[in-house]
Amino acid sequence: MEKEILRFTDVKLIYHTKRGETTAAENLNFSVNEGEFVAIIGPSGCGKTTLLSLAAGLLKPSSGTIESHGSFGYMLQKDQLFQWRTIEKNIFLPLEIKRINTPEHRDRARKLAEKYGLKDFLQSYPQQLSGGMRQRAALIRTLATNPDILLLDEPFSALDYQTRLNVCEDVSSIIRSEGKTALLITHDISEAISLADRILVLSQRPAHVSHSHEMDFGEVKNPLKRRELPQFSEWFEILWRELNG
Amino acid sequence: MKKEIKKRIKPNFSEEHRQYLKHQRLKIALIWGFRIGLLVLFLGFWELSTVLGLVDPFIVSSPSRVCKTIGSLYNEGTLFYHIGVTLLETIIGFILAVVLGVLIALALWWSDTVRRVLEPYIVVMNALPKIALGPLIIIWFGTGNKAIIFMTVIVGLIVAVMHMLSAFIATDKNKILLLKSMGATKLQILRKLVIPSSFASFISMLKVNVGMAWIGSIMGEYIVSRAGLGYLLVYGGQVFKLDLVMTAIFILCILAAGMYFLVVLLEKVLVKNTEN
Repeated sequence: MEKEILRFTDVKLIYHTKRGETTAAENLNFSVNEGEFVAIIGPSGCGKTTLLSLAAGLLKPSSGTIESHGSFGYMLQKDQLFQWRTIEKNIFLPLEIKRINTPEHRDRARKLAEKYGLKDFLQSYPQQLSGGMRQRAALIRTLATNPDILLLDEPFSALDYQTRLNVCEDVSSIIRSEGKTALLITHDISEAISLADRILVLSQRPAHVSHSHEMDFGEVKNPLKRRELPQFSEWFEILWRELNG
Repeated sequence: MKKEIKKRIKPNFSEEHRQYLKHQRLKIALIWGFRIGLLVLFLGFWELSTVLGLVDPFIVSSPSRVCKTIGSLYNEGTLFYHIGVTLLETIIGFILAVVLGVLIALALWWSDTVRRVLEPYIVVMNALPKIALGPLIIIWFGTGNKAIIFMTVIVGLIVAVMHMLSAFIATDKNKILLLKSMGATKLQILRKLVIPSSFASFISMLKVNVGMAWIGSIMGEYIVSRAGLGYLLVYGGQVFKLDLVMTAIFILCILAAGMYFLVVLLEKVLVKNTEN
C-alpha cells in the first residue's frame, strides 16, 4: 500500500464577514498518496482555492483535522515572479525565505533550472520571458526547496490556449520526472483528465468530495497523448455531468 | 575606414525606417524650438512693453531690471547668502519629511490596528492649512531657521506618509500569499516584497515632496525670517521693490527646477542600479 502524505478528515470551514457567515466546506474527506497526481475539480465559487490554503496551513479549519507528512510548495495562477529580480534570484527566493540560502541549495536549484531549459534565462528579468517560460520558472521556484507535495492552484489559467497546452505538458513531465506528489485545483475538466492519476469532484458550497475517479490511462502520462485516447472524451462527459448535476 | 564608421552609426535600416527616425528627430527639435521660442517671446514682450512705456516697470519690473538686481545682490555679496539659507532649509526639511514619512508609513502598514486608530487624525492633519500653525511655530521654535525647517517638515510629512502608505497597502495580495506559503515572516514580506514593489511610488513621492518642501520653506520665511528668498519676497513687497520680488521668484523657479531634475537623475541612477 502506498504511503499517505496528506489527509483531510471531516474538515469544516466557516468564513466570517461583517454580513454573516458562510460555510465554505463541510464533511470534506480525502487523502493523497505519495507520488500521486490528484486533480480537484469543482463548480466555480465552491472554494477550491480555500482548499489549497487549508492544505498549506495558511487557513485553520473550523473543525476536523488535516494531517500532512511533508513540506509544501505552492504554485499560483499567475507566475508571480518579482520583476525586480532576475530569474535566478526569483528561483532563490524560497531559499531566502526559509533561511536555507546556502551554496548547496543554490546549486541544486540552479541545476534544476538548467535541466529544464532555463539556463540561458537565469540572468534575465521576468518581463523578458514568454508566458510559458515564466510559468516554468515559477515551477522551478516552487521546486527549489525540494517540497514533498506540490499544490497547484489553476497554474495554467492565465495563459493563452496554445501556451497552456505546452506548459501543461511541461509541468506534467517535470513533476513526473522529479517524482513529486501533486494536488492540482482546476475548473478545466480536460486539463484534469490529461494530467491526473485520480480526480476528485467537489460539490457546490458547502464543498465536499462528491465523486472520486481513478484515471484508466495505464502508462500513458503525457497530457497530449491522453487527449487522443478514446477514454478521454468518455471521462469528459462523465465529469461534465457530475459537475453540472 | 570612413565607411565602417558610417556603418556603425547607421545600421542597415530600410528607407522607410530612416524616414521614420528623421521624422521623430524633427518632432523633438520642433518641440524644443517652441519651448525656447515661447520663453524668448515672453521675455521679449515683457522687456519691450516696459521700454515702450506700455506698462510701468515700477509695478511689473522687467527682465533687464531682474538681471541688474541679481548683479547688485551679487556685488553686495548677499546673493548666495540668501540662496544658501533657503536652499539649506528646504533640503533639510525635505529629507526629514521624506525619512520620517517613510518610517511612519512603514509603522502604519505594520499594524492594521494602529493605522485604523490614527486614520482620522491623519485625514485632519492633511486637510489642516499648515500656515495656521504659524503663531505656535514662532513661539515654540523662535525666529531662527529651526522654525522654517519645522514648517517645511510638516507641509511635506503628511503627504509623504499618505503617498507611501497607499503604495505599501497596494502590494499584490497574491504575491503576499506566495510568500506566506513559503513560510515568510512579516519582516520578510516587508523586505522582500513590500519595499521593492513600492519603489516607483517612492520616486513619485519624492517628486511631489520637492514642491512641498519649497512651499514649506517659503511659507516659513514669510512668517519668520531675517534672510532667504522668502525674506527677499516679503521685504521687496513691503518696501515696494518689485524688482526684488521678481528676482526672488526667478531664482526660485531655477532652484525648484534644479531640485526636481536632481530627483529625476536619482531615479535614473537607482533604476539602472536595480536592473544591473
